[in-house]
Amino acid sequence: MPSVKMPRHSTDTDMTPFVDIAFLILSFFIMATKFKPKEPIQTEIPNSVSAEELPENDAMMVLIDSTNRVFFAVLSEKDKTIPGKVLDKIGSTRQMTFTADQKESFRKAGAVGVPFSQLSSFLDLETEEQAKIAQPGIPVTDTLDNQLIYWIGAIKQVYAEERRELKYLVKGDGMATYPTIEAVIAAFKRNDQLKFNLVTSLENAPTNSDLDKYNRRMPAKSK
Amino acid sequence: MASIDTSGGDSGHKKGPGVKKAKKLSTRVDMTPMVDLGFLLITFFIFTATMETPKGMKILMPKDVNDPKKQNEAKESGALTIMLGKPFPPGTGKPDPVYFYHGQLKVDAGVNNFETTTFKGIRDIIIKKKADVIGRHTHDFDQGKESICKELQDNANKAKDPEWKNACLSRDLVIIIKPGPDANYKMMVDILDEMTINQVKTYAIVKILDQELELVRLTEASAGIK
Repeated sequence: MPSVKMPRHSTDTDMTPFVDIAFLILSFFIMATKFKPKEPIQTEIPNSVSAEELPENDAMMVLIDSTNRVFFAVLSEKDKTIPGKVLDKIGSTRQMTFTADQKESFRKAGAVGVPFSQLSSFLDLETEEQAKIAQPGIPVTDTLDNQLIYWIGAIKQVYAEERRELKYLVKGDGMATYPTIEAVIAAFKRNDQLKFNLVTSLENAPTNSDLDKYNRRMPAKSK
Repeated sequence: MASIDTSGGDSGHKKGPGVKKAKKLSTRVDMTPMVDLGFLLITFFIFTATMETPKGMKILMPKDVNDPKKQNEAKESGALTIMLGKPFPPGTGKPDPVYFYHGQLKVDAGVNNFETTTFKGIRDIIIKKKADVIGRHTHDFDQGKESICKELQDNANKAKDPEWKNACLSRDLVIIIKPGPDANYKMMVDILDEMTINQVKTYAIVKILDQELELVRLTEASAGIK
């Protein structure tokens, strides 16, 4: 009896389409990736239903960590001269002078959290060393020595001279306690800056709440 | 183009001795290592990617005014004061307590409007308060008193916002948020979120009074919050 010959299939598969797709995805991710900007502290930000988009450029950010340390950061990727100008303004109000190296160091640092008395020596360190030392945070809770006022005032002045709009962001850890938050708000108020944004992560509006109904009624809110 | 026959297989004649047949090389390349590397890179970029732009809430603080004449007054019937105390230690999983009272604080003998709820319960309190305030004003529209909210109506017409009637009716609703010194940032954001969720238009963050703080502390002590 003639046996039925099974056709032999090769185990080799043509991987070309597979590779095509893989590299397509790869190129997408390479282009879409923005590396997280370096921050000296980790903050676990609370959730909120607010979905206002925040700027990543031409902004300043006050960071508050879970142990109530306050940091100040200048977000100006596009204009690299801003951090230096902020330091100049700080220098003129606090009778300090900063070298070009210190300004460069400030720009690279991302965020600073030291009192003015330690600022110069902190900026003299290399970026890697700065990351290693534990910064004490900008003093805020003492109402007579709320140094955040000067930081906010300095950057506000710089942007007023540049005639550009500056956005104010507060990024706090959920565990930071209210007296520190209050002091930060007080620093904004002292600079007559009554409008600012809290950085939060997005969550959905609870179903059937008034906000939910509003969103459904006006779905095409173009803002 | 005609191909040059080099294989010599089918033409029949043989090449001379010593002439080696050229080996036919496959044009296929083993792509496995390349794919490996490709996926390695994909994984790397997926993990490092920060796709979303940061989102956040906007807050507007009022300017500090010392002159009592220039301070805003809230109608007692529409005022709700919410106080934030100490949260439960992390990990207990209990919703954090919230303290509130309607109108003015009354803690005289027999009358006590200082109440305790949680972050879950406060939403119902706010919804009820809002409905209550709206209920008190619903007759406005029947009596042709729309002019009270002329400004709201005009702005609403510009923005094509049908919500103005509700905003008008709930205009007396004022929520006063008083975070205590033990409250944390998360609680503050959560309570501000409740304002957005329930579409409360008028609210303010105010410093807690000593009397209120004392009541909060007493309640905490009896509830065993350390």
